Amino acid sequence: MIDKSIKKVMVIGSGPIIIGQAAEFDYAGTQACRSLKEEGIEVVLVNSNPATIMTDGDIADKVYIEPLTIPTLTKIIEKEKPDSILPTLGGQTGLNLAMELEEKGILKENGVRLIGIKASAIKKAEDRQEFKDTMEKIGEPCIESLVVHDVESAVEFSEKIGYPVIVRPAYTLGGTGGGIADNEQELREICANGLRLSRVTEVLIEKCIAGWKEIEYEVMRDSKGNCITVCNMENLDPVGVHTGDSIVVAPSQTLMDKDYQMLRSSALNIITELGIEGGCNVQFALHPDSFRYAVIEVNPRVSRSSALASKATGYPIARVAAKIALGLGLDEIPNAVTGKTFASFEPALDYCVVKFPKWPFDKFVTAKRTLGTQMKATGEVMAIARSFEAALQKAMHSLEENRKSLLYPDLMAKSLPELEKRLENIDNTRIYVVAAAIYNDMPLEKIHNITKIDIWFLQKIKVIVDMEKKLMTGCCDRDTLLEAKRLGFTDDVIAKNVGVTEAAVKNLRKMWKIQPSFSIVDTCAAEFAAQTPYYYSDYCVENEVDTTKKKHKKIMVLGSGPIRIGQGIEFDYCSVHSVWALKQAGCEAIIVNNNPETVSTDFDVSDKLYFEPLTPEYVTNIVEMEQPDGAIVQFGGQTAIKLTKTLNDLGVTILGTDADHVDAAEDRERFDEILEYCDIARPKGQTVFTTKEALAAAHSLGYPVLVRPSYVLGGQGMQIAASDADINEFMGIITRTIPDLSEHPVLVDKYLMGQEVEVDAICDGKDILIPGIMEHVDRAGIHSGDSISVYPAVTLSEKVQNTIVDYTKRLASALHVIGMMNIQFIVLHEEVYIIEVNPRSSRTVPYISKVTGIPAIALATRAMLGEKIADMGYGTGLFRKSGYYAIKLPVFSFEKIIGADTSLGPEMKSTGEVLGISKDFNEALLKAFDGGGVSLPKDGKIIVTVRDKDKPEICEMLKEFKDSDFRFYATPGTRKALMDAGFTNVKPVNKISGDSPNIMDMLNAGDVSLIINTPTHGRIPDRDGFKLRRISVESGTSCLTSLDAAKALMESTFIVPSDKMSLTDIATLAVKPQK
Amino acid sequence: MLEDGSLYAGEARGDFRETPCEVVFNTSMTGYVEILTDPSYAGQGIVMTYPMIGNYGVSKEDFESDKLQPCAFLVHELCDTPSNFRNTQTIDSLLKEYGIPCMSGLDTRAVVKKLRESGTMRGVITDDISDKDRLMQVIKDFRQEKLVESVTLREKRVRGEENSGAKIALMDFGTKRNITNNLVKRGCVVTEYPAWTTAEEVLRDKPDGIMLSNGPGDPADCVDIIKEIRKFYDVGIPTFAICLGHQLMALSVGGETERMKYGHRGANHPVKFLHEDRTYLSSQNHGYMVNGKGLPSNAEINCINVNDKTVEGIVYHGKPIFTVQFHPEASAGPRDTSFLFDRFLKMVAEGRYDD
Repeated sequence: MIDKSIKKVMVIGSGPIIIGQAAEFDYAGTQACRSLKEEGIEVVLVNSNPATIMTDGDIADKVYIEPLTIPTLTKIIEKEKPDSILPTLGGQTGLNLAMELEEKGILKENGVRLIGIKASAIKKAEDRQEFKDTMEKIGEPCIESLVVHDVESAVEFSEKIGYPVIVRPAYTLGGTGGGIADNEQELREICANGLRLSRVTEVLIEKCIAGWKEIEYEVMRDSKGNCITVCNMENLDPVGVHTGDSIVVAPSQTLMDKDYQMLRSSALNIITELGIEGGCNVQFALHPDSFRYAVIEVNPRVSRSSALASKATGYPIARVAAKIALGLGLDEIPNAVTGKTFASFEPALDYCVVKFPKWPFDKFVTAKRTLGTQMKATGEVMAIARSFEAALQKAMHSLEENRKSLLYPDLMAKSLPELEKRLENIDNTRIYVVAAAIYNDMPLEKIHNITKIDIWFLQKIKVIVDMEKKLMTGCCDRDTLLEAKRLGFTDDVIAKNVGVTEAAVKNLRKMWKIQPSFSIVDTCAAEFAAQTPYYYSDYCVENEVDTTKKKHKKIMVLGSGPIRIGQGIEFDYCSVHSVWALKQAGCEAIIVNNNPETVSTDFDVSDKLYFEPLTPEYVTNIVEMEQPDGAIVQFGGQTAIKLTKTLNDLGVTILGTDADHVDAAEDRERFDEILEYCDIARPKGQTVFTTKEALAAAHSLGYPVLVRPSYVLGGQGMQIAASDADINEFMGIITRTIPDLSEHPVLVDKYLMGQEVEVDAICDGKDILIPGIMEHVDRAGIHSGDSISVYPAVTLSEKVQNTIVDYTKRLASALHVIGMMNIQFIVLHEEVYIIEVNPRSSRTVPYISKVTGIPAIALATRAMLGEKIADMGYGTGLFRKSGYYAIKLPVFSFEKIIGADTSLGPEMKSTGEVLGISKDFNEALLKAFDGGGVSLPKDGKIIVTVRDKDKPEICEMLKEFKDSDFRFYATPGTRKALMDAGFTNVKPVNKISGDSPNIMDMLNAGDVSLIINTPTHGRIPDRDGFKLRRISVESGTSCLTSLDAAKALMESTFIVPSDKMSLTDIATLAVKPQK
Repeated sequence: MLEDGSLYAGEARGDFRETPCEVVFNTSMTGYVEILTDPSYAGQGIVMTYPMIGNYGVSKEDFESDKLQPCAFLVHELCDTPSNFRNTQTIDSLLKEYGIPCMSGLDTRAVVKKLRESGTMRGVITDDISDKDRLMQVIKDFRQEKLVESVTLREKRVRGEENSGAKIALMDFGTKRNITNNLVKRGCVVTEYPAWTTAEEVLRDKPDGIMLSNGPGDPADCVDIIKEIRKFYDVGIPTFAICLGHQLMALSVGGETERMKYGHRGANHPVKFLHEDRTYLSSQNHGYMVNGKGLPSNAEINCINVNDKTVEGIVYHGKPIFTVQFHPEASAGPRDTSFLFDRFLKMVAEGRYDD
């Protein structure tokens, strides 16, 4: 029964995408908001992340894209007067905020209650000591541990229980600041850091049980006390590697029913004791040789694991959790997949699911790649098959990392002792090292002894390796081929090993009728007829797809795969909106994607969902099955664009801009011709294939130059080179990541230091509609994804704006763009230059859509279906300004990636973004910073240390703040420049390497608000600047490496009165079409 | 080959020989050893819906009876490289040891969909499909008779420590060990009786309560047993019944049972306790059910299946008797309803049902 006293619910989102908190909360929040609205509840949503579906005006009744801070939430509560808050959908962020609202008495003051979980339960689950006490009370075993608040107590306790020990800070997400310490020295280091990062200066010191099996259960409980487990999961990587960085399989494989039920009962006991009304994740360590187990952790909320469990089983955890929070019982909530059963049952799987993490090490070449208790992955993929082998290989293919086989030539060539050494060190390549060791006949027992990976998994990897070995002998009879396909080998890998062409393998398969078919994910192992078309492929099984055309057109939308730096949640936003627009237009929309965290892989978003790798072979299989009338590749980032050729070869019509014109925009020479035809200038540049050519190009253009590979995303490998040495270094990095430069050459451009401007345009081949012009706060040279972006442009003259609109129109027409297009310009001395054109959707589309009220993706999709922009009711050309300033600020996850250089440049490093929105420019800016976790008090301490060439500029910049209350400190060189410029109140501080008191001492004292540091050159980790930036990250002090950003922050802090803050309901900004 | 003539291909494993059986499917993802040794599966060929069977090997500690019970075992993939600390052998070697034929490589999902649509069917696993008419005849000739007699104890035996607690008489219609274990764990002395033992004989031993076990086959075939159960009912001795026992009790008081389309076999069946308004997950294994017709007025259906609303439990008011269709002893499956054993023992102690 629904609790009738609940009428208006506030949902707190999780904020920007950071490592440990990704798209899964958009999926969960969106599903929950819709679920609440279904029950007639008024929903108020707060989330600072504009790239999400959940912050769309039509998902909730009131939508606030505002900073997730206590003052802002308090204001929203006072304004909206919700009766309840649902805090379990916004990850750790949502839970922490709810706790703080409760502790500060704000909930009580406003007559608001928490639903889904009580504050006392949050405390029981999250507070280390209370958690331990609670587990002890119900007889659930925990690991020997002690909560400490200082390093000395940690050392004392560790000596008692013996090293190694694990350090876990309280109230941090993704295990931030934790780690395993093997000795006292390491413990002191990790512990000090953990204490600093914990909101309550508290860490748990725990006996290390690395090597035990790590098993998770997803549990649901309703207000009547009914409990179920949705799914259990087994980590291939034993305890010691964060579950977010582990390869995970569902359901568990090596647990007998007695083990399984023992842990299941324990999970139910725990959720019952905590009194959670909703979903909960329980992590166990299970001793590999006995029934001993220990509860590692409980997440009393939806989580990354629950998103995975939802997609793995078809059970919509967030949707059900929201209904439970309203008072409904599990036995009263229908299971939308079967339509016959209810939420009070446990899914039965008749397939195997494998999750594989996606790590950002390609972006952070200096970063440590080792894996431990601190999560480093930015995203993940999931794959489904009837065998573990096929699921594992499909997951590997879904990563798009050019790894088609577990066997990697570099590793295969290594000697056994070398491989043994590699196995001892756990990093992102572990599974490939294991495969190489098996290939080289290392006994499985030995691999198990080193890695503690269960023999069952090693045996399965051996099956894959043995098959590949067999193929290498040239064996390719029918049974072998069938078995290889069943194990998840792709045709190209089979062909390469056997020594024939891929086409030959495909022909053999046709001849022998070894064809893929598709099965349904139905929550019930076929016991009941499923209503939901959610498919995965496998071999030699019955095909279950109904391919009859139900609507006038069948359109396939290719998704964007795992979340990674440069290709984030915004592409899922675009894919989902395109699917919705297609459905609206009466088409059958089919989506292909493999990311379990996203809204697009929710079973009720599209008409058909194919959970498959986004690679040529798998997409070909779907096309051959479905015979779609068209495909859309514009919204899935480079992942989808890369599939254009495959689709073309299959004769599938690409809706929107055709492949040839996409190529014209990417191909240097063709694009130059088009620019010439359009009479548009660009920075001079050349296409090169070798380092030698790159050097020659740089010399002829003159330094500085911009070096970047073509066909990349997120500016992968893009750098500003100021010398020959730089060119040599960067070309080295590029050739390492892109093996074949003849296919994807490198571009060398003259680097212009002007104002960077960006537009997204909707085009129909004739007209264009630009929702708005955005300009970057940071000057050119910082990747657009890492720049602070301002809508509407504030510094551009009318003339420049007109030129930009005109150029956009010319380019749209010359490139025959239909759908979305993103153009980046540089404005220098009132002249407009083109940097690049991407005839596809971009990361700014979600935010510009929201703030201008133009449903850009829906309009673009309609244009692709043949509708004219002029008939859509929004006019053509540049749309009127909205009356609001909207500022997008990048958010980074540097604290998770030890060793990564935090200085910004042309290579993208941010993982997410926040939006500040207001009628006042400075307030919008301040909100953006606030949302991004950068807060500068009006009298904050600011350390300034910049490279020589920036010294004149910093002097000029700081003049403005002479009368402010900011307290400035500077390193000797910078201070001298400031003193010479007439500053009298700048206090001295020594560099990190200098004598005490140096910057380190100040940071340790913990009262520095901001560091302004511009990097001298190079990525050399032992330099002072690099160290300073790392230490600022690790000490949680904001460090800005862009003078423009620093200036903007200081200005807005200086100008905006601290007590003032407006709120904007995004839902009111939507624009109705004029007919 | 199924009785409608449809054919499914696979590989011969276990102790393979041509075998007719009644084909049923089980959706449990773990517990194949417990399932294989559950006497309720006598006469049946079990299709496991989970595609990889044998991953954790075999531990004979998990046997629910002395031997493997079904006629055949049908799976998608049989794992020959198991791993678990209690594993002692592969599932294939176990099947061979007990003479059970197996078919692997089967598209189990396709078979399940067929059974779901057409209802439980008979079938035959064979390595010779040259003469389909002959196979059809083999299927037609297949009869399941005297299943309870074939699986019950030969002689009565006592479990648990003498004189330690309540004396329970367990009528073995094909019982799972874990029913006795649950009672012994709670301090009972359990005397297990062969199915054909008369009520008088049992009552002569002066038990404090009667436990009617699970078992295979059509409950309506057990005419003699039903008569004996009626005597327990009339005497009014505290009685708890599970699965077949529950069906037999209902039949003994005039209720009806009927064959279900494809039954309930799995570890994920939600059962709603109507008085408490609570739902628990249960392990189930039955192809027949009490349909609620013909029951006396004192019989109240107090548990139903959330999915299809079928009868899951009956309490006989005025008598210290309650019965359930599902398996509170779990094994394989969730242990959520093991509290029913406590409820039974409370009833034994107090002489009346009180929920």
